[in-house]
Amino acid sequence: MSKIKNWPLWEIFVRSKNGLEHRHFGSLHAADAEMALENARDVYTRRNEGVSIWVVESKHITASNPENNGELFEPAQDKVYRHPTFYDVPDEVKHM
Amino acid sequence: MNNNLYNYILGIADNSLILGQRLGELTGHGPSLETDIACTNISLDLFGQVRSYFQYAGKIAGDGRSEDDIAMLRKERDYKNVLLVEQPNTNFAYTIARQFLFDAYHLAFLGELQKSTDLTLSAIANKCVKEVSYHERFSSDWVKRLGDGTEESHQKMQNAIDDLWTYTDELFHQTEADKAMVEEGIGVDITQLKDNYYKYVSEVLEEATIEVPDIKYFQKGGKQGIHTEHLGYILAELQYMQRAYPNMEW
Repeated sequence: MSKIKNWPLWEIFVRSKNGLEHRHFGSLHAADAEMALENARDVYTRRNEGVSIWVVESKHITASNPENNGELFEPAQDKVYRHPTFYDVPDEVKHM
Repeated sequence: MNNNLYNYILGIADNSLILGQRLGELTGHGPSLETDIACTNISLDLFGQVRSYFQYAGKIAGDGRSEDDIAMLRKERDYKNVLLVEQPNTNFAYTIARQFLFDAYHLAFLGELQKSTDLTLSAIANKCVKEVSYHERFSSDWVKRLGDGTEESHQKMQNAIDDLWTYTDELFHQTEADKAMVEEGIGVDITQLKDNYYKYVSEVLEEATIEVPDIKYFQKGGKQGIHTEHLGYILAELQYMQRAYPNMEW
């Protein structure tokens, strides 16, 4: 029997509503971008979850290494002043 | 009761019912998780369509039969689906070829049914046409992928098209009910769809590097209730629960 080779992996981003941003929904296998879109439509939006789909082949995503979390993220932990939390936000301003 | 209208609706609905049942057999058995879900999604679309048709047929029959009774409790000879849709899932190429050869017809048919003077039928067609546009996109896409894929997938696709081609002509045969409904402005004149159908299907096959079969003899009979040996087995599975436990509900 010939060796079964999997199709490449794709990451799927779906926008649930106009005005919202695309959100990562999951991943799936597909031979090319168009098949990835069709598969995403069937796998992730069949319960009326989306109005727009982005697909990107997983290999094109560069991820940070969890081993480097110390140097990457910890220095920000004690710098609360980088959040604009010391201002009084007027009541009229929502969603800050 | 308008017998012609009743039979006309059954003729449309039975195609979707039997094809839906065939696709449903793939649940958990598709060649990949993604295509498995796609095929069963299409199956569910078709069953949804069938419900609308049978609810309407039940209303016309007016004898108290529900959509389930009409779907589940007829005998083999009373099913009016074309032979094409009852052909088995021999392999994925057959599943796709059967789907494509039917979708191309189904889409053109629904496009015309939207213009029906029967408001219920035109409303159903209006809803179904969007679903079937996607089915056709899926199946024609896969015909091209397999046909223009590897040597093996090409050969399998060619075999499937060669074997199923003989069932395509029946799609355009008019029954008595068809003729009567065309006369009344309710039904679609399917004879008018034939040329465009073969033209379109041939274009897709050409793009898929699949040879268009050249045969003179076509199979027919489904629309008159004379089926291939496969339908009995499909119905045995489809009807088992209603036959074993009449009137069961859950």
